[in-house]
Amino acid sequence: MAELIPTQPDPGHEDDHHHGEQSFVSKYLLSTDHKVIAMQYMFTGMAMALIGGFMAYAFRMQLAFPGMDVPFFGIVTPANYVALVTNHGAIMIFWVAMPVLIAAFGNYLIPLMVGCDDMVFPKINRLSYQVFLVSAIVLLSSFFVEGGGFGGAWTTYPPLSAKAEYNLTPLGSSLFIGAVGIEFIAFLLGGINFITTAMNSRAPGMKLYDIPMVIWMIVIASILFMVSVGPLLAGAIMLIFDQQLHTAFYDPNRGGDPVLWQHLFWFFGHPEVYVVLLPAVGITAEIITVFSRKKLFAYRTVLNTAIGTGVLSFCVWAHHQFISGIDPRMANVFTLTTLLISIPIAEMMFVYIATLYGGAIRLTTPMLWALAFIFEFLIGGVTGIFLGASGADIYMHDTYFVLAHFHYTFFPIAIIGTYAGVTYWFPKMFGKMMSDRLGKLHFWGTIIPFNFIFIPLFFLGAGGQHRRIYDFQNFPALAGEGMQDLRILATVSLVVMLGFQVVFFYNFIISLMRGEKAGKNPWKANTLEWTAESPPPHGNWKVLPTVYRGPYEYSVPGREKDYWPQDEPN
Amino acid sequence: MSEEHEEHHTNYVKIWAILVVLLAISVAGPELEILWITLITAFGIAFVKAYIVVQKFMHLGDAPKFVTYVMVTCLVFMMLFIAGTASDIYKSNGENWYKIESEWQYMPPVAQHDEGHGAADEESH
Amino acid sequence: MKPVATTRSAAGIPTGLLAVWWIVASEIVIFGGLLAAYLMYRLSHDAWAGHAANTNTAIGTVNTFVLLTSSLFAVLAHQAAEKGDGKKAARFLLFTIGGALCFLMIKGYEWNYEISHGMTITTNTFWSFYYTAAGIHASHVIAGAIIMAVVAKDAAKGLELQRVELIGIYWHFVDVVWIFLFPLLYIAK
Repeated sequence: MAELIPTQPDPGHEDDHHHGEQSFVSKYLLSTDHKVIAMQYMFTGMAMALIGGFMAYAFRMQLAFPGMDVPFFGIVTPANYVALVTNHGAIMIFWVAMPVLIAAFGNYLIPLMVGCDDMVFPKINRLSYQVFLVSAIVLLSSFFVEGGGFGGAWTTYPPLSAKAEYNLTPLGSSLFIGAVGIEFIAFLLGGINFITTAMNSRAPGMKLYDIPMVIWMIVIASILFMVSVGPLLAGAIMLIFDQQLHTAFYDPNRGGDPVLWQHLFWFFGHPEVYVVLLPAVGITAEIITVFSRKKLFAYRTVLNTAIGTGVLSFCVWAHHQFISGIDPRMANVFTLTTLLISIPIAEMMFVYIATLYGGAIRLTTPMLWALAFIFEFLIGGVTGIFLGASGADIYMHDTYFVLAHFHYTFFPIAIIGTYAGVTYWFPKMFGKMMSDRLGKLHFWGTIIPFNFIFIPLFFLGAGGQHRRIYDFQNFPALAGEGMQDLRILATVSLVVMLGFQVVFFYNFIISLMRGEKAGKNPWKANTLEWTAESPPPHGNWKVLPTVYRGPYEYSVPGREKDYWPQDEPN
Repeated sequence: MSEEHEEHHTNYVKIWAILVVLLAISVAGPELEILWITLITAFGIAFVKAYIVVQKFMHLGDAPKFVTYVMVTCLVFMMLFIAGTASDIYKSNGENWYKIESEWQYMPPVAQHDEGHGAADEESH
Repeated sequence: MKPVATTRSAAGIPTGLLAVWWIVASEIVIFGGLLAAYLMYRLSHDAWAGHAANTNTAIGTVNTFVLLTSSLFAVLAHQAAEKGDGKKAARFLLFTIGGALCFLMIKGYEWNYEISHGMTITTNTFWSFYYTAAGIHASHVIAGAIIMAVVAKDAAKGLELQRVELIGIYWHFVDVVWIFLFPLLYIAK
C-alpha cells in the first residue's frame, strides 16, 4: 500500500521551513501532512478494492459454474458463498467508496482547493486514518476466527445477525459489526477536519460561492454522514449486545423488534448512498468544466439541489423495507419521497449536459470517465424508479434486478468516480502525466464488460431470480430457459473487467517511473490546487494564495487565454 | 474574542441554583402521581434545564447562527426518524393491518409447552 | 508547529469551537437514535412502567445534582481561563473531574446493588436499555474526565487556555444528555 508512495520524486521540492530530514516511518507512515494521509487512504482503499473484487470473482464463478474448483480460491462452500457476498458488499461500500471518495479526495483536495497549507487538525487527521486502518484489520481478521466471516448480508438484519444459532458465526458477526462501527468513528473524526478546513480555513477572498463544487459536495456528504450515522452507531451497540450479552433489543419473542434495526440501518444506509454519490458528482463537475472549457452551468442550482438531495435522502429510507412488514400507509409516503428524490439528481445530470452543450470538448481519459459516470449513473437512477414504487418493488425485491440497479449506481460512484478523480489529479499528486493511450484502453476495457455484467442481471431479476441463492441447480423451477447462459455471460465479463484493471496498475506504475513530467497546470484548469507545484511540497505553497474569482471562469469573452485561475489578480 | 466575552459577567452560581431548584421540582412533581403533572414536571422541566445549560453554560447564542441551525437540524432529523418509524415500532396494529411480530411478543412461551425455555425456539417455524 | 489553516476563521468562529460543536452534533444523533428507540419501545410496552419502578430515584437525583455541580465548575473554569488565570482554571477543572469521579462511583454502587438484586442487562428490554443508555453516557463521562485532566495539566502552565472552553462545552453536553436520561429512566414510572 503505502510502499508505493516513496517513488514520488520530490527531494527538489522538499520544504525548507517546516521539517528537516525525516525517516521513512515518520515521513510516510506517521506523517500529519494531508497529502500523505490522503495517499494512505487511497492505497488502503485500493488494496481493499482488490480484495473485494477478488471476492466478487470467487462467488460469480460459483454462480456460473456451480461446484467448480475456482482457480486461486478453491471450492466455494455455501458458508463461504454467503460470507463472500456479505463482505464484498461491506468492503466495497465502507472500505473502498468511503475512504477513496471522501477521505482520500477530501484530504487531498480540501486544503489545496481552498488554499491553505494543511488540514486544521493534522493530528486528528492522522488518528482518523489509524482508526480506519484498525477497522480494516478487524474486518479482515473476522475471516480467520472460529466459524469464519459473517454471512448475513451487509445489511445485517436480525434475528439472523443477532443469534449465533442462526448465523453460525459467533465471533465473525460481532467482528463485522465492530469493524463497521470503528470505521464510522474514523470518518466522524475525519469529518471534523473536512468541515472546519473547508468552512474556516478558506483563502482570503474566497467567498462561499467561490468554493469549487467538489469541496462543497464533500462537505455536504460529511454532514449527511454525521447526521445519519448516529442512530446506527447506537443501534450497532445494541446489536453487539444482542449477539454477545444476549439482550433482546431485536428479538420479537422477548419484547424487541427486528424492524427497528431495519429502520436504524436504512436511516443511515440510504443517506450513505448520497454520501458517496455527492463527491463523485463533484469530481465530475470539475472534470467536465475543465475539458469542455465552459463555466459550470448554474453553479448555485447545483449547490442547492445537492443540499435538497441531502435533506430528501433522509425521507426515503423505508423504501428498502417494503416487504419487511412496515405500515402500508407509510409505504405510500416513502414511495412518494423516493420518486421525488429523482428530481434533484436529474437536475444535476441536466446541468452537466447543459455544461457540455457547445463546449470545446476534449476527450481525455478523465473526461471519458466523467461522461461514463453520467451515462451509467443514469441507468442506475432510472431503474431505481421501478424499485421506489412499492407495488413494483414487492415483485422485484431481493431479485437480481435490485442487485443490478444498485451496482449501476455504486459502480459509477465508487469505481468510475474514483478513476475519473485519479486520472484527473494524478499529475498533481505525483508530478507525472499518465499515459492517455493506456488510460483509454483501460477505460473501454472496464466500461464495456461492466455493462455486460449487469445488463444480463437485469433480465435475470425481472425473470424472478432471487439474489441470495448459492446454487441454482438445486432449484429447477428457478433455473429457467437460458438463465444459466446469462449468468455465465456476466461472470465471463467480470473476469475480463478484472483483467483489464491490470492495465490501470501497469499504467500507474509505469507513469510514476517514466511518465512525462507534468507542469504546474497540465490541464489549464482554474482551481487553486493547479497553482501549487506538482507534487505540492509540505505546506503546499511558499506564499498562500489569495482568491479573486469563482472556480469556473473558462472561455471568458475578451480574454486571450480560455482559462482564468482563481488566484490571478486581474 | 476575550473582549466580546467580557460582557457576560453572568453569575453562574445563580444559574446553578436555578437548575438545582428545577431538579427538585422535577423530582417532587411526579410524586403527586397525576399524569399531566408528571409529564410537565419530568419532561417539560428537562427541556427547560437543557435550554438553560445550552444557553448559559455552552454559550450557544454567542456562536454564529449556523451552529444553532446545525444543532436544530440534528434534532429535527431525529424527530423525522421517529415519525417514519413510530407506526412500525410504537404501533403494532393499525386499521386493517397488524404486524406478525406483535402477535409473537406477548405470547408467553411457557403457556404452550411445559418445558418453558425450549418453547421459543420450536415456535419459530 | 501549527499549520496556518488552524489560525484562520473565515466562517467567523474559532476553529476549535467549530470542531467541538461538530462533535456535539454527532453525539446528538447517537443519543437521539438510542432515546428514540427507547421511547418507542417504552410507549408500546405498558409493562415497562412496572420495571422502571425498580430504579432508585434518590440515587438518580443525587447523580443529577453531582453532574449539574460539575458543570458549574466547568463553566467557572472557562470564566477563569478567559481572564487568563490558568491556575484557577486548572483548579476548577480538577473539581469537575472530582464531580465526574463522584458520579461514576455512585453509578457503580447503584449498578452493583441492582445487579446483585437480579436486575441485569438481560432481565428484560427495559433493563437492557437502562444499562445501555447509562453505560454509553458513563463512557462519555470517563472520556471527558480523561481529556479534562490533559487540558488541566496544560492550563496550569498557562498553555492552550482556549481548550478549557472547548472541553467545557463537551462536558455540558454530557450533562444535557443526563438531564434527559434522568426523567426517562428514573422519574417516568
